Amino acid sequence: MTTGHDTAAASPAKGGAAPGRPPAGAPETEREQRRRARLSRRWQRDVRWSPYAFVSPFFLLFLAFGLFPLVYTGWASLHQVELTAPTDMNWVGLRNYTRIFDDDFFWNAARNTLTIGVISTVPQLLMALGLAHILNYRLRASTFYRVAMLAPYATSIAAASLVFVLLFGRDYGMINWALGAVGIDNIDWQNDKWPSQIAVSTIVIWRWTGYNALIYLAAMQAIPQDLYESAALDGANRWQQFFHVTLPALRPTILFTVVVSTIGASQLFGEPLLFDANKGASGGSQHQFQTLGLYLYEQGWVNQHLGRASAIAWTMFLILIVIGIVNYVISRRLRASG
Amino acid sequence: MRARKAVVLAAVATLGAGLLAGCADDGDSDSNSSDGGSGKTTITLGLFGTMGFKEAGLYDEYMKLNPDITIKENVVERNENYYPALVNHLTTDSGLMDIQAVEVGNIAEVAKTQAAKLLDLSKHGKESDYLEWKWKQATTADGQTIGLGTDVGPMAICYRKDLFEAAGLPTDRAKVAELWSGDWEKLVDVGRDYQKNAPKGTTFMDSPGGLIQAILSSETERFYDSSGEVIYKTNPAVKAAFDLTAAAAAEDGLVGNQTQFQPAWDTTIANSKFAAMSCPPWMLGYIKGKSKPESAGKWDVAAAPKSGNWGGSFLAVPKSGKNTDEAAKLAAWLTAPEQQAKLFEVQGSFPSTPGAYEMPAVTGAKNDMTGDAPIGEIFAEAAKSSPVQVIGPKDQIIQQGLTDNGVVLVTQGKSAEEAWETAVKTIDNNLDQ
Repeated sequence: MTTGHDTAAASPAKGGAAPGRPPAGAPETEREQRRRARLSRRWQRDVRWSPYAFVSPFFLLFLAFGLFPLVYTGWASLHQVELTAPTDMNWVGLRNYTRIFDDDFFWNAARNTLTIGVISTVPQLLMALGLAHILNYRLRASTFYRVAMLAPYATSIAAASLVFVLLFGRDYGMINWALGAVGIDNIDWQNDKWPSQIAVSTIVIWRWTGYNALIYLAAMQAIPQDLYESAALDGANRWQQFFHVTLPALRPTILFTVVVSTIGASQLFGEPLLFDANKGASGGSQHQFQTLGLYLYEQGWVNQHLGRASAIAWTMFLILIVIGIVNYVISRRLRASG
Repeated sequence: MRARKAVVLAAVATLGAGLLAGCADDGDSDSNSSDGGSGKTTITLGLFGTMGFKEAGLYDEYMKLNPDITIKENVVERNENYYPALVNHLTTDSGLMDIQAVEVGNIAEVAKTQAAKLLDLSKHGKESDYLEWKWKQATTADGQTIGLGTDVGPMAICYRKDLFEAAGLPTDRAKVAELWSGDWEKLVDVGRDYQKNAPKGTTFMDSPGGLIQAILSSETERFYDSSGEVIYKTNPAVKAAFDLTAAAAAEDGLVGNQTQFQPAWDTTIANSKFAAMSCPPWMLGYIKGKSKPESAGKWDVAAAPKSGNWGGSFLAVPKSGKNTDEAAKLAAWLTAPEQQAKLFEVQGSFPSTPGAYEMPAVTGAKNDMTGDAPIGEIFAEAAKSSPVQVIGPKDQIIQQGLTDNGVVLVTQGKSAEEAWETAVKTIDNNLDQ
């Protein structure tokens, strides 16, 4: 886009000399000049505004589907408002927020989100690391394994959860049947607190391990081979190589997957919703696996309390921001020390 | 360069127009297809579950009678998913079908909050055709009838003749009904008798949820009083139903520790693991769907201790539709006695129109599971003697709290008192705006 400079250079010619006969080589009538000036203005406008036009679709969509709902949710959270009459708003100030502090169900959901998050994310990332390490060796049919690892991720949550519900059935489930074969009594995967949380985590782990493993694998393949060779020359075995070469090189990648998994875990919704046998959003008869996302959905769409649900949504948003800041601080520390 | 810009702009414009068109399409997708050339009017129905109009051939029949009408239905499997969307569509007055079904658990809330968006159907349906209480349920305080009743769920008790016989109980339906006639306590007592000689591995009833549902459905007042106040906590009838169910559920062998309508419960039906269950007519269809072939004819139906109603739906016509007249006509036709009788014959949905009870389709109705039991007569008797129950806007939330967060806990080792407290805490939190 150099047009701007061209016209800028031409402009002094207009002002200087008296308008005599235009030179024979470049006959420039006044009309021509006006045309050039007009074109030049148009080009300048183009250069200036076109980029905005090109990026505008994103921002318009973001305004309509991102920012507006966010602001409107904040506005609704300051009101008592029901889904049956969303325009009928009743100002209650911060009441929806203050009552969250003594809402046992909210804190129960927050605790569940944390525990399910931990027991799904930690094993998931460790297993992914191990799998990636194995896949990083020369293997027969390695492409097959890589694709196979991504298969759970491509499965819909709904389908997967429904199958897991059957597997984890108390009376007729395959897992209890297998446990029974080794003499362990039937576990009530639905109704007992820890079994149900472990069952929900299993769905999450099953779905995301392969995905994370592939990310680790990609990062591992970017580690220069000479590092391993020199480590081998120094007498390091494979295990030591993994600890002293692979892991340090993977640090940024591990951090990335931790951040993404944490955000995913704090928004956990589909798996516990579908795992509930009552098809409700209460996360089990004693709310034993109700996550924050599920509680938000229950308040907003089952009980139809839009105001309360909005306050929960904003509180979750603030919690996510805090998690984001903590992650940022940790990653800066790590980078500085690395 | 200019050409490229033009292409980009065109692409952006198309994308934008596509989006706008996408939004706009939503509004009139349910309108008539006048530009389709056929000149036909399309009427769309939004339904949940298996309401059976299509299965019973009623659409085909209506389209034959009215050649310029085309009927399309849009079915959502579960009411829990259907209802929030319906409320959402009603409040924004968009995305609605020409006819929308409403479940009885939601009808009070719809009547209270959405009546302005719905057509008054009292001019289209004939009030005298319907059961009095059914008509009242969909009528607002100022006399607007927002929905026409499709079916009702008069409650009886279905029982396995073979298991009753094995346990030394009578199997004749009149004698069985007499055993527990008039009192739910007696039903539980029969359960205790059953338990003494019960075939191994079976329980008397299937689930605490089914039992408390049956008891509560026979009460005139349960969760709301007639002035619209929430009284479930203080209503002695509710507490009594809860305690009786909890006591039965705590006794091993009386009530199975299942949750109804979940896969494991289906398996207990298939494996004949229980001897009796609360049984509105539509339940026979469910039993039929989940049973193994060898169970055919082994069930029978006896009158419940007290008559009650479980389930039933209404058809409502949103005012925003383009063919409200035609839609109202169709809704009235679908819920008229003749059609309801056909629906019962094919689908097991019991008519909400007493006129249908005299029709051969009902009087002669048989079900594979219950052999030659005259189910039409048994359920008709229950329907006529059901109480005019006060229903409230949040009935469903309260009922669900009492069962899913309440009595079921007794089967998991909690005391009745703890279970009641958990239920109350959950319900109060859910009702609190």
